[in-house]
Amino acid sequence: MIRWRHAGLAALLLVVVWQALVWFTGLPHFILPGPRRVAEAMWSSRALIAEHAAVTLAEVLIGLAIGSALGVATAIHLAVSESARAVLRPLLVFSQAIPVFALAPILTLWLGYGLWSKIAMAVLIIYFPVTSAFFDGLMRTPQGFLDLAKTMGATPAAVMTRIRIPAALPALGSGLKLAAVYAPIGAVIGEWVGASRGLGYLMLLANGRAKIDLMFAAMLVLGVLSVGLYLAADALSRRFLSPHPA
Amino acid sequence: MNDAPGIFVRGRAACGDAVLFDSLELDLAAGRWTCLLGVSGVGKSTLLRLIAGLETHTTFSGQIAASDGRPVAGRVAYMAQSDLLLPWSSVLGNVTIGARLRGERPDLERAGELIARAGLSEHRDRKPATLSGGQRQRAALARTLAEDRPLILLDEPFSALDAHTRAEMQDLAVSLLAGRTVLLVTHDPGEAARLGHAILVMTDTGLRCMPVPRGSPPRSVDDPDMLASQGALHRFLRESGGGAGRGSETVGA
Repeated sequence: MIRWRHAGLAALLLVVVWQALVWFTGLPHFILPGPRRVAEAMWSSRALIAEHAAVTLAEVLIGLAIGSALGVATAIHLAVSESARAVLRPLLVFSQAIPVFALAPILTLWLGYGLWSKIAMAVLIIYFPVTSAFFDGLMRTPQGFLDLAKTMGATPAAVMTRIRIPAALPALGSGLKLAAVYAPIGAVIGEWVGASRGLGYLMLLANGRAKIDLMFAAMLVLGVLSVGLYLAADALSRRFLSPHPA
Repeated sequence: MNDAPGIFVRGRAACGDAVLFDSLELDLAAGRWTCLLGVSGVGKSTLLRLIAGLETHTTFSGQIAASDGRPVAGRVAYMAQSDLLLPWSSVLGNVTIGARLRGERPDLERAGELIARAGLSEHRDRKPATLSGGQRQRAALARTLAEDRPLILLDEPFSALDAHTRAEMQDLAVSLLAGRTVLLVTHDPGEAARLGHAILVMTDTGLRCMPVPRGSPPRSVDDPDMLASQGALHRFLRESGGGAGRGSETVGA
């Protein structure tokens, strides 16, 4: 409960600072709309915002599912195979040196203006954190467990499924929480580059028509959506990926 | 368990240029408890890990063999100071982990019996985090028994327990491991004096066989002969450890 009270206080503080900025700077509402104006825009355009939010949410969720599955599979493969580690790890790190933003136009060119170019962006942006977190977890199995398994005559596959993977699940949880925050960024960048639907598209559209209050409203909804995803990932990893389930 | 073999180790272990032990001769009598004492860092855990077939970061040259001529590997059960219970698994899950790691179907009935003998029937479905230190080591002992191996290697398994629980665990271990060949590595002279059919002290110059108190293990905690032996072991460890400075290291693990 204390957590929620703190979150409420933080939101209130944000609104107060925002309103104070509007008053003190005296900026016109088409440059910096106040909280009230944005709230009104959010209410009057609720159907429009909801429609575009649903598209972005779909892109993010599908991207999270595919990116996490790919990340988990890659991490296990890297943990099992020394040659895969030698070949794939430098590639993985190199892939992180290319900004995903730079790939967005190419992905749009290849996959079109629909959902898939945005899903691909979300997948690309979360693949590395998920892979890296889970792989680290898989490589940090307590030595005592491995010693015990060795004296028991364990098969390598059983050591993986019954010891290394369960021991690495909390690390996977951390990766998935990061992914939940990053995935919306990927989807929105994709929407900025080329889309006809989604919150990123709506923000661009509103900006172009000088409807800054609507743009802020869409941005707030995006923020709430990201926080909601993070909280969901946090709750899920506490429930299913904790080393000490209740 | 009448077929538990004796074990003998002959050889030399070195880590780079540093020799851990040279021309070592260790004999574990069949079906008996051998207690191995020594100050920290003298190599007693390394010796146990060599017999267990585990990684030691040393180069061993020599022979580790069983008196019946069959290989030692695959006939060893291992128990460490840390209970090594899988935190995500119940007591029952932990006791049957060996079978599942080998891809065999676990014998749940037998596992239940072993859990009962360890006094944990009420806790069989509980997670390790909800158990006390003593209960966790009982679960680890039940898991060790579930392996049903003739050779048992114990690396300071009771040293993290309080005195009362430790004495209880020692009694339980002696009764449950009867007939097996046991090597107990410990830094507690009292533990060695209570439990050993043979007591060895490992020093920089090799193994030294110490007199064993009368009576069969587990000896009573107030048995005068046992207490005298404990005192003698204490004194020997201090002297062989090179005075008070080195002796104080025995407090650490």
